[in-house]
Amino acid sequence: MAKELDGLLRQPSEWLRGVGPHAEIVVSSRIRLARNLDAAPFSTRATEESQGKVLEIVRPALEKTRTLKKPLFVEIGDLNEVDRQFLVERHLVSREHVVQADHKAVAIGPGEVVSVMVNEEDHLRIQVMQSGFNLRDGWALIDDLDDELSETIPFAYSTDWGYLTCCPTNTGTGMRASVMAHLPALVITKQINKVLHTITKLGLTSRGLYGEGTEASGNFFQISNQVALGRTEDELIENIERILKQVIEHEQAARGTLMSNSRTQLEDRVWRAFGILEHARTMSSSEANDLLSMARLGADLGLMNGLDRVAINELFLFSQPAHLQKAEGKVLSARERDAKRAELIRERLGRAPGKH
Amino acid sequence: MLCELCKQSQATVHLTEIVNEQMSELHLCETCANQKGSQVESHFGLSDLLSGLADFGKTPESEEVGGKACLNCGMTYDDFRKVGRLGCAQCYGAFKRSLTNLLKRIHGSPIHLGKSPARLVKSTPKSKSELQELKRKLEKAIDEEEFEQAAQLRDQIRRMEQHEQAGKKKAP
Repeated sequence: MAKELDGLLRQPSEWLRGVGPHAEIVVSSRIRLARNLDAAPFSTRATEESQGKVLEIVRPALEKTRTLKKPLFVEIGDLNEVDRQFLVERHLVSREHVVQADHKAVAIGPGEVVSVMVNEEDHLRIQVMQSGFNLRDGWALIDDLDDELSETIPFAYSTDWGYLTCCPTNTGTGMRASVMAHLPALVITKQINKVLHTITKLGLTSRGLYGEGTEASGNFFQISNQVALGRTEDELIENIERILKQVIEHEQAARGTLMSNSRTQLEDRVWRAFGILEHARTMSSSEANDLLSMARLGADLGLMNGLDRVAINELFLFSQPAHLQKAEGKVLSARERDAKRAELIRERLGRAPGKH
Repeated sequence: MLCELCKQSQATVHLTEIVNEQMSELHLCETCANQKGSQVESHFGLSDLLSGLADFGKTPESEEVGGKACLNCGMTYDDFRKVGRLGCAQCYGAFKRSLTNLLKRIHGSPIHLGKSPARLVKSTPKSKSELQELKRKLEKAIDEEEFEQAAQLRDQIRRMEQHEQAGKKKAP
């Protein structure tokens, strides 16, 4: 496995730091910009040669930027399956980016706050990740990086339509702002479908933990803007902020209702989840996500003294398949992973002080 | 629960499919799900949705119906309808009329109001934001069917863009 990625393994991702506004509900905020070089064909019509050229132009431009400060630059083709999955689990690259990896690359900035995928669906997919509900700082950062890059890279742009992207759903700002929200109380009180249905009417959309086409796991929902054209970036961010604030209020209200009307039942669920986490000998990734979600809710509501959100956040990440295998330094079968996962969770939770 | 396909391993993946308003659930083990996964995903994806929209946006009199290709990359509008993705930046010009309709359908507006590349901003320091404001007003005027006002705004925008073009040519 690739040595250069080992450094990442020893640090928690930016999105799991568990700090920032509303960190008890919003795990992380992410902004991504889609950009293309105006002279090169898009991914649909790209050749080996044209993609190689894109890489040649983009790499030095990225390495020069002040925002990225000599990024870790990785060509996906040089990585094995586990390392590729490892990057996906850390939300540094999309799932699509690691299949047919020729000429695909990723530049990773300090602290994994900024990452840039090269030769994804668009030539450049720039993303900034912040812990908690904090799209504004993310926007300031990505806006700067984008300006820096556009000084050296001629981007495909039209005055009428803005940034020209491979898929017309991104045309315009090329921006997608999204927040990862943990909404267990809305799920328990069966209000989640109503909430998700409503936000789609307001120009937002919801996806699972790992983006398009993935199911919501561990009560995590990735909520983002659907529209990219016809409004300024500020307006788009404002819109998602306004709606998310209401979603947060609903989740808080649902947590309040659970605490006042059925505290015993809620505590029972949380402690049962914790009991399994603390004692199980084998555990699938989806079971771990669901149980950890309950433990996180318990920690956030102060039902479990001494157990903090950050410890659980880290478990969400380190119990993912590729992270387990990176930590072991070898490829593991699904069965071996389930055992390793249970062991890791037992060990880490056992270390949490004074939980009873 | 056992996997519904191989009936041997534990089902760890739970899929819900909705076909013709009929909901069905599938419970699979990891291996079977991976095999099935590609089938399920290709069932109904974004490109279907997009090509549906693109069909809708097709105007019979438009110049690019069907086979006309983008001169730069060779993609035809039919190709685009199939994959829902464009071939290059020049496709936007080649399929301009159909795309205007499509972009309006997707985003509710076909006019960009966001940021522009830094080097463009530098050559037109002040006029850019004014231009954006005018475009916004124009859009509003059309929405509200104030066509006289819209025509005025359109002319104003044209003058400004011509001015901008001329300015750009003068710059070294």
